[in-house]
Amino acid sequence: MAFKKSVVAFAGTPEQEAKLKAVIDAEKGHKGALMPVLQQAQEIYGYLPIEVQTMIAEEMGIPLEKVYGVVTFYSQFTINPKGKYKISVCLGTACYVKGSGDVYNKLSESLGIKGGELTSDGLFSLEACRCIGACGLAPVMTINDDVYGRLTVDEIDGILAKYRG
Amino acid sequence: MVNIKINGIEYSVEEGTTILEACRANGIRIPTLCWLKDTNTIGACRICVVEMTGARSLVAACVYPISKFDEGKNILTHSPAVLESRKMTLQLLLSDHNMDCLACARSGHCELQELCRELGVDNSTYFEGVKNEFDIDYSSKHMYRDNNKCINCRRCISACEKVQGIGVIGANERGFNTEINCAFNMDLADTACVSCGQCIAVCPTGALSEKDDTDKVWDALADPDKIVVVQAAPAVRASLGEAFGYPMGTPVEGKMIAALRRLGFNAVFDTNFGADLTIMEESNEFIERATKGGVLPMITSCSPGWVRYCEAYFPEFIPNLSSCKSPQQMSGAIIKTYWAKKMGYDPKDIVSVSVMPCTAKKFEIGRPDQSASGYPDLDISITTRELVKMINRAGIRFRDLPDEKADSPLGNGTGAAVIFGATGGVMEAALRTAVWKLTGEDPSSPVDFTEVRGVEGIKTAEYKVGDMTVKVAVVSGLANAKKLLNMVKNGEIDVHFIEVMACPGGCVNGGGQVIVPADVRNFTDIRAERAKALYSLDSANTLRKSHESPDIKEVYENFLEAPGSHKTHEVLHTSYTPSNLSK
Repeated sequence: MAFKKSVVAFAGTPEQEAKLKAVIDAEKGHKGALMPVLQQAQEIYGYLPIEVQTMIAEEMGIPLEKVYGVVTFYSQFTINPKGKYKISVCLGTACYVKGSGDVYNKLSESLGIKGGELTSDGLFSLEACRCIGACGLAPVMTINDDVYGRLTVDEIDGILAKYRG
Repeated sequence: MVNIKINGIEYSVEEGTTILEACRANGIRIPTLCWLKDTNTIGACRICVVEMTGARSLVAACVYPISKFDEGKNILTHSPAVLESRKMTLQLLLSDHNMDCLACARSGHCELQELCRELGVDNSTYFEGVKNEFDIDYSSKHMYRDNNKCINCRRCISACEKVQGIGVIGANERGFNTEINCAFNMDLADTACVSCGQCIAVCPTGALSEKDDTDKVWDALADPDKIVVVQAAPAVRASLGEAFGYPMGTPVEGKMIAALRRLGFNAVFDTNFGADLTIMEESNEFIERATKGGVLPMITSCSPGWVRYCEAYFPEFIPNLSSCKSPQQMSGAIIKTYWAKKMGYDPKDIVSVSVMPCTAKKFEIGRPDQSASGYPDLDISITTRELVKMINRAGIRFRDLPDEKADSPLGNGTGAAVIFGATGGVMEAALRTAVWKLTGEDPSSPVDFTEVRGVEGIKTAEYKVGDMTVKVAVVSGLANAKKLLNMVKNGEIDVHFIEVMACPGGCVNGGGQVIVPADVRNFTDIRAERAKALYSLDSANTLRKSHESPDIKEVYENFLEAPGSHKTHEVLHTSYTPSNLSK
């Protein structure tokens, strides 16, 4: 089976762990406590790797699979951290009609990752988003705060090269 | 009571009854797929839909409780809209199913296949589109999971999480990408799965199946240089007949032995012998612990699923586990030591096969510290279902077989042994011998300890034996074991001796038994029906206590010396280690 582990090594600090334990202590016992615990855990660590999910499962006395099932059900949770450069491709209607699907696929191919994943050097993460309100520039993507509009597939590798430095 | 109509005919039903149960009670069977009574009531698959007056859409009969607001309403169970909807649901399921029916382990016993036939699905590729392609998880010793045949009904999840209190499998991702898998899609073998096979027993399709080891048996049987011997567990004879048209609960011991002999085994033994041996050792161990200040409560160790559970989830109870090997392993150990010597065989030439109601036995045969002769005590363990396949493949007409007896020694068992297959059986068998011993070996010591019989998840009883009070508890189903162990841990219960069986109802309801479709399972207590077969064999046996068995006496006299002797510790006892697999 394809074991879906985060690509970067876990580097949680004792402070983060103490914070997480405090969150769990506060929420434990409430009905539906897992969601708020996961949300706050993601705030603390930025993502939810197996190490964090295992801590949550053990502290809350629930199977790890149950935690993982919820994490993979909701798109708000991620098991990978975001890259130094966070790439977001708009797949909203206008952008999609203008070919953003191809742009997204090209990025996925060039980076060797799927949506929601992170390159092994930790540089880029890729995700799809919905309309960012710049339909006039369709198709649009953002890399951190930089906006790229009227994109074509051929431009992608050049743009990525800029960030690779 | 609420007055409703089913297909225009008036009935009066109790408030709170589901539509499905109301219809069933009045002669209408509503087809189901995801529904398992009391276990998986999620109303997800939509096969059981019916039309109901006033409802804006079709309703799921399995989860719709009839209330006073439904007074006078009419329920249509086979209207065109209902039948069309059920058929479409099946066709949509087939659109993401690999339909490898001819070569599927479940062919002929598949609920999806059966429903397609029943509901007239005449075009299996009506909805064509993208199909998921999942890797098959072959990592475990006892089973595999092929999600390409999975319909996401979640029955396996409910068995694992609710019935067994484990939850190493669940639904990952969402929508079309949903799949039943372990956390982070890790291999099942890397999780603290206990191999009980309850997920297989409730799977409606061929997505979950035991690893088929029958080829290994055929190969051994065809090898002229091997002495191939077999033993069958007590519970197998309580379920095997179902595959050949006998009503559930029919004991088929004699035909089972005859079938094994006709398959070509050189010797046909009975795990009942190992069960009697277990009782000799376990009752002795209990008396030793109880009278010499050993660790109490002592907990039985016959159920390999339970042993794995204890090692992973309650390692603090490992000192409480009886050091006795299971009956399968005890029989195996004696076959390759005492019997091999007696017959003049080299144990390396013996292939020892077991037929078990259990998938965890496939795991148990590979455990460490289970090789009394220097070779593994057991070589191959097959389930009741695999035996059915072998009997059919060999063209043996099971119903036409005569009743035969197993080979002696190691082939005879007492009534105490045969009830091992039902929850409470090991405890009762142990009490028969322990009480006999504690009351000065009085032959008229009691035989029936009915308080520990029955299918309740947790049973307790107290017996006064001489000047001792023995407090016992019997649990089956690991969620119940968890409950009881937590009570012991928190000092909420005082008990000296505990029997744990991983599967609810004990081995009769084991994960390797003949598959019972949900449509029967939901309306029959499999545990009670099959147990009846064993208790009838017990009461028909002239020998009811393990120590009365002549085979047992022979083996102790000629080989083992006495229960608890140095020799028995070499041959019949084992050890356990905590496991830290992912929970």
